[in-house]
Order: sequence, then structure tokens, then C-alpha cells
Amino acid sequence: MAGYTWSEIGSIFAMQGFSGLSLFCVFLLMALGLAIIFGQMGVINMAHGEFLTIGAYTTYLLSRWSELHVPALLDYAFFIAVILAFLIAFAVGYLVEMGLIRHLYKRPLDTLLATWGLSLIMQQTFRSAFGAREVSPTLPPWLLGAYPVTDSIDIPINGMVVMALTAVTTAGVFLFMFRSRWGLRVRATVQNRVMSGCVGIDTARVDRMTFAIGCGTAGIAGAAFTTIASTGPTSGSLYIVDTFLVVVFGGAASLLGTIASAFAIAQAQSILEFFTSGSMAKVTTLLIVVGILMLRPQGLFNLRIRR
Amino acid sequence: MRSPSCPVSPSLFKARRLAQIFLIGLLALAGPATAADYPTAKVNTTKLAVTDQVVKVGILHSVTGTMAISETGSVEAEKLAIKQINDMGGILGRKIEIIQEDGASDWPTFAEKSKKLLVQDRVATVFGCWTSASRKAVLPVFEKENGLLYYPTFYEGLEQSKNVIYTGQEATQQILAGLDWIAKEKNAKTFYLIGSDYIWPRTSMKIARKHIENVLKGTVVAEEYFPLGHTNFGSVINKMKLRKPDVIYSAVVGGSNVAWYKQLKAAGVNSDKQTLLTISVTEDEVLGIGGENMKGFYSAMKYFQSLDNPNNQKFVKSFKEMWGADSVIGDVTQAAYLGPWLWKEAVEKAGSFDVDKVVAASPGIELKNAPEGYVKVHPNHHLWSRLRVGQWDANGQAKVVYESDLIEPNPFPAGYQ
Repeated sequence: MAGYTWSEIGSIFAMQGFSGLSLFCVFLLMALGLAIIFGQMGVINMAHGEFLTIGAYTTYLLSRWSELHVPALLDYAFFIAVILAFLIAFAVGYLVEMGLIRHLYKRPLDTLLATWGLSLIMQQTFRSAFGAREVSPTLPPWLLGAYPVTDSIDIPINGMVVMALTAVTTAGVFLFMFRSRWGLRVRATVQNRVMSGCVGIDTARVDRMTFAIGCGTAGIAGAAFTTIASTGPTSGSLYIVDTFLVVVFGGAASLLGTIASAFAIAQAQSILEFFTSGSMAKVTTLLIVVGILMLRPQGLFNLRIRR
Repeated sequence: MRSPSCPVSPSLFKARRLAQIFLIGLLALAGPATAADYPTAKVNTTKLAVTDQVVKVGILHSVTGTMAISETGSVEAEKLAIKQINDMGGILGRKIEIIQEDGASDWPTFAEKSKKLLVQDRVATVFGCWTSASRKAVLPVFEKENGLLYYPTFYEGLEQSKNVIYTGQEATQQILAGLDWIAKEKNAKTFYLIGSDYIWPRTSMKIARKHIENVLKGTVVAEEYFPLGHTNFGSVINKMKLRKPDVIYSAVVGGSNVAWYKQLKAAGVNSDKQTLLTISVTEDEVLGIGGENMKGFYSAMKYFQSLDNPNNQKFVKSFKEMWGADSVIGDVTQAAYLGPWLWKEAVEKAGSFDVDKVVAASPGIELKNAPEGYVKVHPNHHLWSRLRVGQWDANGQAKVVYESDLIEPNPFPAGYQ
């Protein structure tokens, strides 16, 4: 680090810390939905990325609509879009569970293929509906640009928004899973489906709600990511590999594990990217993850329950 | 290098003009070329799909899958050109009929469909492919079946096939003049190279690095590649802030492109503080990136929608009439538009649809009505073209700030490999 002043190094340190944290939030936000669906229900949902895309297009459509009809709304449209994205992705997830997933609970490998097919169908649907080209939602000016803390430290505003959304969503998911009646039923069903049924829990309905909430969470992530990345028919699929990586590495059945693993992978990648180069950082991160998974096949955290 | 329009004395000009009028009059008497002047048995000796009324051609692009984002514009441009040619009476008195196949963003599918077009449909020519990977996949098929392909994308060079006419720029045409300009204009000495991790950015950056180090006597402070689809550029942006390069030279593509520019803007890196030149952003990409995120940055291309010449105004107008007022036209879209016109000229010069004769007639073909101004086919099957540097505006259009002379295509640049 020769040739740089201490203040330069200090500000890079601060910004680098922030970019690691914001990558962590991106990973966590996209993995939360899958942690519910894959972690809790054991469904390998290859179409998870497409639920992100639903959220992204919702944001795009709402911003277009408010631009044309209610320009005054544009400043707040983003937050309305987040809620709407959740609702729409929730609804689509609900229908998908009803029409497809519930028939496949006993055939996990077929789920893999069926949801892969679903993801292709959804991608082509987006393409037919919105055109093959990427679109750009109009974001309110306050959401763009950076907040200059000092002369040399710029903190991205969209990064802070994603962080805030991640915090709220994570808190919401935790409250739902561990402090609500519904969460109790979900956990009971995960632990012992037959017994849950015996004590009067409608397990089919629990499955449907759980799946839909996982999809809704993906919708929120999709809406948030319009601020930092692309909106197109295949945007969501860019995240799917990283998402599975985070969930598997964290230990599939543990939400806490998902958080820990998102943090570890994000920091590793961010730091390695700084000191090596883009592709090398990715390769090294993957190697570390594979190495750790070989030693701990169950992932970082796992619930000790009797199966 | 000779200028395309050679100066002539006024009197000679007048005489020529008269001769031209006379000729046009003659042509009007004779009428446009009719199929009767060119009997099918003579213009088609290789069993192509040519009858007295129609000639079949193929369009082979991805309209589904990841690459549909990019290839849609090319399909639209090729259909527009073919429609215009048909409205003018077609080629050698025959209407062009399109057989469209979908490569589905999958390279083996491209190979399969090209085989279908050439063997089963016997099309006279194909306009298609976008990525280098798809071109490499169909190349053996075209060479074996002796087909003809018009390929529209700017690409890394290092290729020349008898069966392909490359209507986009090869790497040196896009890179060298742009670097020269930015080095001179911004007095740039240090360059930060960043690209997506596949053949085109890597080959392009190799050429750029050689040029920066050997010709411009500048320094490359870093050369970095990111996997396709990478969406987090926070760390590399911090690195750039630390290194403070005079120019960021970018070849990031696809969905990554959008993330890259949005995050640059969010990190406070804008054109007031940082010069950025890219070879991978056209009007198509700006749609997804958002003009406000590109404002003030530069692109090096041979064509911009905003080009101010009568050919282009006409082209933009008819493109929007056919495909909607919202449509944008990027560099490759324009290059794809040239394909059918170049083919028409070559067929008419050869007086035949036979691939060998059309290929033989191609070098030297000129288009004076090209939206980019003027192009000419080089014996190496690439086009002479100009390089333009455009500066992006918030409305998603670029203002041309520099235009080079006609540049000779050189797909195998000595000293750059």
C-alpha cells in the first residue's frame, strides 16, 4: 500500500467495509425466501430467481404508471412497489404451490426438473409480456447517487436502502417463524408432518402459506435489486446459484445459518475481490466453500432434531 | 487512404450528371430488372431456393433465451431492410421471402438450425448470429455446405471465412482510434481495464493494452475480468477510487452492465470526476442501464442513433414506423441493417444467386445509403468503417464528439496478438 496517505487508506477501509456489508445484505435478502422454501420445506425451487424478477417488474410497472399518471407519487412509489412486489409474488407462489409443487412433495428430484421448467416458462412469459430488452425503472432522484460522508468517503444511498429493507425483512421473517402461531405450525410441520396432522394442523395449508411467503420474500428482494442491478426477463436467474450456495453453506434447516453464511461468503468475496481480481475472487470463494462443506456436509449450522 | 468521394472538376461533374440523368431515363424506359432478364436456370446453378418469383433467405437469431435482449434489434433491422428491398422490386426481379429460425441462445441449436436452413430450405443467404460463440458454432456448417452468412456484431477479430461477411467492426476498428482520441483529448496516461470474462473482452483488452503501452506510452494500472452475470462491483469501484486512473476502459456486458453503471453512480463516481470509455454500451444497453446513470460517459462505436446525416434520418424514421416510436437503434442493429443491402448489391453485381459468385463479387461493394454514412467491403470480408465516440446524455442518446476517417479492417493485427 505504498504511496497512499493514511486518510486515503482509512476511507477505502470504510468504503470497503460498507461494500462488504451491502453485499451481505444482498445475499441475505435473496437467500431468505429460499431458506424458507428449501430450508424449511425441502423443496428445491429452481424458479426462485423468477420470483425476484416478478418483484423487479412490479417496481418497473409501478414507476412507469406513476410517472405517467401521478408524478407526485414517484418519490414514494418505490416503497409501495416493495409491498406490491411481496403481494404479487406471494399470490403467484400460492398458485404455483397449488398447481404444481404440492403434487411433488414426495418426489424431490422431480421438483428440481419441474421448477426448472417453470423457471423457463416464466422467463419466456416475461419476455413476451415486457419485451426481450432490459428495462429501467424510473427511480426517485434521492435514491440515486452517493451520500458524501467526508471528501473521500462516499456511501451509496441505494446500498443503505437495501440494508434497511434487509433488516426489516429479516426481522419480519424471524417474527413470523418464531413468534407467531403460523410459525409454530410451520416448524411443527417441518419437524414431524404426521404428528402435526394428528394434532389438528392443516399441513397442506401450512405448506401453501410457507411456500407463498418464501416467494413473497423473493419479490421484496427483486424490488430492492432494481436499485443496484438489471431488470430483464433473466435478471433473477443471475442470483440463483449464489442463493443456493448461501442456503446450503449455512445449513439448510437453519435461518441463523443462512445469516452467518451470507455474511461469511459476502465478506470473503468482497475482501478477495479487493486484493485479487473479479474472477479469481469468485473461484477462491467457491473453493473455500467447497472445502468447508467437505468437512461439514451439514453446513455451518444445523438443527439437532431426531428424524 | 483514398477518400470515398473523389473531388471532380465542375464541368466534368456536369457532364457526369447529364450522363446519369440519361441513364436513369433509359432505365425508366426499360423498367426495373425483371425475372425474365435473369432466367432462374442461369442465376441459380446450385439448387438454391430461387424460383422465377421468389428467393428465400434465412434469419437466424435468438428470439428466446438470454441473448434475445441483444438480438431482437438485429432481427428487426434485417426485416426492415428486406421489406424495403422488396418494396423496390426485390432482387433480380424476385421478391425476398424470409425463413426465420430461433437460435434460442444455445450454440448447438444455432448449428442445427443453420444446417436446416442450408440443407433443407436451401436458402440463398443467412443473416444471423450475434455472439462469437454462436458464430463459431455455425461456421463449420456454413463452410461445409457452402452457405453465406452476414454477421452483424462488432467482435474480437482473428477470423476470416470465405462464407462470412462481417458487417460489424473487428476489434482494432473499434479500439485503437477511440483510445487515441481519449489519450489526446483528456491527456490520459493511466488506464483501468475492466471486462466480462469471456473471449471478446479478453481479446479486446489484450489489443487495448498493447496499444496503450506501446503506442500511447501510457500505463495500464489494472486489468480485471468478472464472470458473466456478476452483479456486485463495490470492491472494484473502491479499488478504482484508490488507484485514480485517468480513464476507466470498460467491456462489461449483459445484465452485469446495468449493475456496474448503477453502482458506479451510487458510489459517487460520475463523469465530473471520472472519464470512462466503453466499447460495450449502445442505445440498447442504455435502455436497461438508464440514461441518468450513463450521463457524460463515452462509448466508442461506429454508429449512434443520433448521427446527423440524411441516410440515418431516413433509416431512423422508417425503423420507428415499422417497429414503434419507442424503439431504439444501437450499433449492431445498424450493422444488421447493412446485411441485406450488401447482399443485394453483390447479387446484382454477380448477376447470380450462387454463393461462390456472390462472394467473389462482394469485395469492393459500396453502400452510399448506409445509415452510418458510407461502407465498403474489404477483400478480407470486413467493412471499411468510421469510428465515432459518443457522449451519453440523460435521455439515453449519445452526442457524437469525435469521428475518425474510414478505417481499414484488419482482423489479424500484427503486433497486437
